[in-house]
Amino acid sequence: MMEQNNSTARTPEPHIIVRDLTMAYGENVVQKDITFTVNKGDIFIIMGGSGCGKSTLLRLMIGLKEPAKGEVLYGDVNLWSLTPDERERFMRNFGILYQSGALWSSMTLAENISLPLEQYTDLSPARIDEIVSLKLSLVGLAGFEDYYPSELSGGMKKRAGLARAMAFDPDILFFDEPSAGLDPVSSKLLDDLILELRESLGTTIVIVTHELASIFAIGNNSVFLDADTKTMIASGDPKKLLVECKNPTVQSFLNRGRPGGCRYDENEAEQHSAGPGST
Amino acid sequence: MNQGELHFERSPENTLTINVSGDWKIADALPSSDDLMKEIDAEAPPQRIIFDTRALGGWDSGLLTFLVRLKHHCSGKDTTIDFGGLPKGVQRLLDLSSVVPERKEARRDSIRVSLLTHISQVEGNIWHSILETLSFIGEVSVSFFRLFTGKARFRRSDFMLVLEESGVDALPIVSLISFLVGLILAFVGSIQLKMFGAQIFIADLVGIAMTRAMGAIMVGIIMAGRTGAAFAARIGTMQVNEEIDALRTSGISPVEFLVLPRIIAMTLMLPLLTLYADLMGMLGGLVVSVTGFGIGMNEYFQETKDSVAMANIWVGLFSSFVFGIIVSLTGCLRGMQCGRSASAVGDATTSAVVTSIVGIVIATAIITILCDALGI
Ligand SMILES: Nc1ncnc2c1ncn2[C@@H]1O[C@H](COP(=O)(O)OP(=O)(O)O)[C@@H](O)[C@H]1O
Ligand SMILES: [Mg+2]
Repeated sequence: MMEQNNSTARTPEPHIIVRDLTMAYGENVVQKDITFTVNKGDIFIIMGGSGCGKSTLLRLMIGLKEPAKGEVLYGDVNLWSLTPDERERFMRNFGILYQSGALWSSMTLAENISLPLEQYTDLSPARIDEIVSLKLSLVGLAGFEDYYPSELSGGMKKRAGLARAMAFDPDILFFDEPSAGLDPVSSKLLDDLILELRESLGTTIVIVTHELASIFAIGNNSVFLDADTKTMIASGDPKKLLVECKNPTVQSFLNRGRPGGCRYDENEAEQHSAGPGST
Repeated sequence: MNQGELHFERSPENTLTINVSGDWKIADALPSSDDLMKEIDAEAPPQRIIFDTRALGGWDSGLLTFLVRLKHHCSGKDTTIDFGGLPKGVQRLLDLSSVVPERKEARRDSIRVSLLTHISQVEGNIWHSILETLSFIGEVSVSFFRLFTGKARFRRSDFMLVLEESGVDALPIVSLISFLVGLILAFVGSIQLKMFGAQIFIADLVGIAMTRAMGAIMVGIIMAGRTGAAFAARIGTMQVNEEIDALRTSGISPVEFLVLPRIIAMTLMLPLLTLYADLMGMLGGLVVSVTGFGIGMNEYFQETKDSVAMANIWVGLFSSFVFGIIVSLTGCLRGMQCGRSASAVGDATTSAVVTSIVGIVIATAIITILCDALGI
């Protein structure tokens, strides 16, 4: 997986195809009719207001939750028609950063990163140690090998979770709100790291995020989930969406709520002080 | 500081002027708005509502909640409210509070269901939980099979840790409780036996009761409350933190990795703890006999040796083995079934303890009946 395969002009080659997906908790439908394609080497953004079902969509894509309807295809492999055993094996191709970090609390950071390596490879302990320190230094946590997750701050846990997700150099990385809880500098470093992973390893990356700066800086494709209509209301390159998309919900999201006329601005307030009718 | 007051007055052109004066703060006693609402509901409702706030003192959410209530009250009526007379800050906060409209589906109505539907739902739930339990047991069995074929994986260090948790760490409490149980058995029994001058049989009573049933039951219950609950809380918390998901997606089976070592450790340790508890119980009986009833130590020892048959010990050990499976399995099952919140972890723990204890009692009954039938 370590080969360099960065062709400059990539012809889009579908990596993940989500078709007609409906997701629900019991009777309660969260999102329906979701269809999109993630190409190889994409940095694909899943966006939308909080509680609209982004994490749930991610859980369906990585095989943790069964769709109520529709399918998730990896090439010609339909994730949900595999047997549970096959699916478990298939999931090893994924690297996943969970919203809460989800580090195994009874293990040190080094053990967290090395556990899957120990289980599924024949690498020597010395090689594994090298990989562990490399991954930790990539996320700016060099020297923290022997810390337990409870001894870290929220942002550090996120970064350690990222190191674990990258342990195997997976084909696809899934990040659930990677920059939540990070300071602007680490957040920028994270963006650089994500771009670098895509450039040098050709990794496909799917990110759930609210961070507008990173959405525009790194994303080249996206879907927008809406909580009210319970479906996707826009998709495509976020930079293009900003210019072209007419949907007020999307516009207000991408502009931090301004042009949609939601927020009161101090000097705008003078102009339409007529009353609440303006909203 | 002056008391907040609410007055209103209707003008001939059907405009209601609401006069708020004084301090309107959450912590203060605020005037009742019932009269005002009645006025708005009157047969000829006002067309317009305006505010007079010249005498308004300090305000906070106390005033805002009143205004929101008023707004809700007037929505759907012909009355328009002109908030223009209110301070700018109040207007801005009111606007902010209505920027994101309430999501209709978000607020769930509790649905009234007929008794019959309710019963069928409960029945459905029972079926569901039985199925879930069976499939969990199935999964554990498969993992055991994989363990014997050398395919299952868990970390030795984790196993040693659980072994310690469910063994050595429980010794103090097991010692105390079983010693006291032996003591109580001896004391209660001796009062009856003394009437016949048969105090020496205290040794038989305590020895047989402890080895055959009490030792195993007491250890089972202690371990349910102590270690079974810890298993549920531990695995439940991992569920909340998405750690179990992370195991799954790393291709590591949570059942093999977390459940297997716990079940093995507990089923190994429980019989050992039971043997130890038996001894502690007899020690309790000995203390009562020697100090209270003048029975010699040797005498007590000899009597115990003669009365306690090997069969009793085997029955006790078998029971404790079964309890070990029950307690560890329910602890782990409840942990794995745990929802995704802190309160769910609490529920899982409670439920693990309750289910284990009920299981222990039922298993004891079954074992007793079986032994009776087999003549053991
Ligand atoms: N385990 C669950 N059981 C029931 N409903 C859930 C569960 N998890 C999330 N939900 C509901 O699904 C919706 C989407 O949640 P989520 O995918 O976590 O949103 P977000 O976009 O913020 O990641 C929310 O409305 C939430 O109430
Ligand atoms: Mg989320």
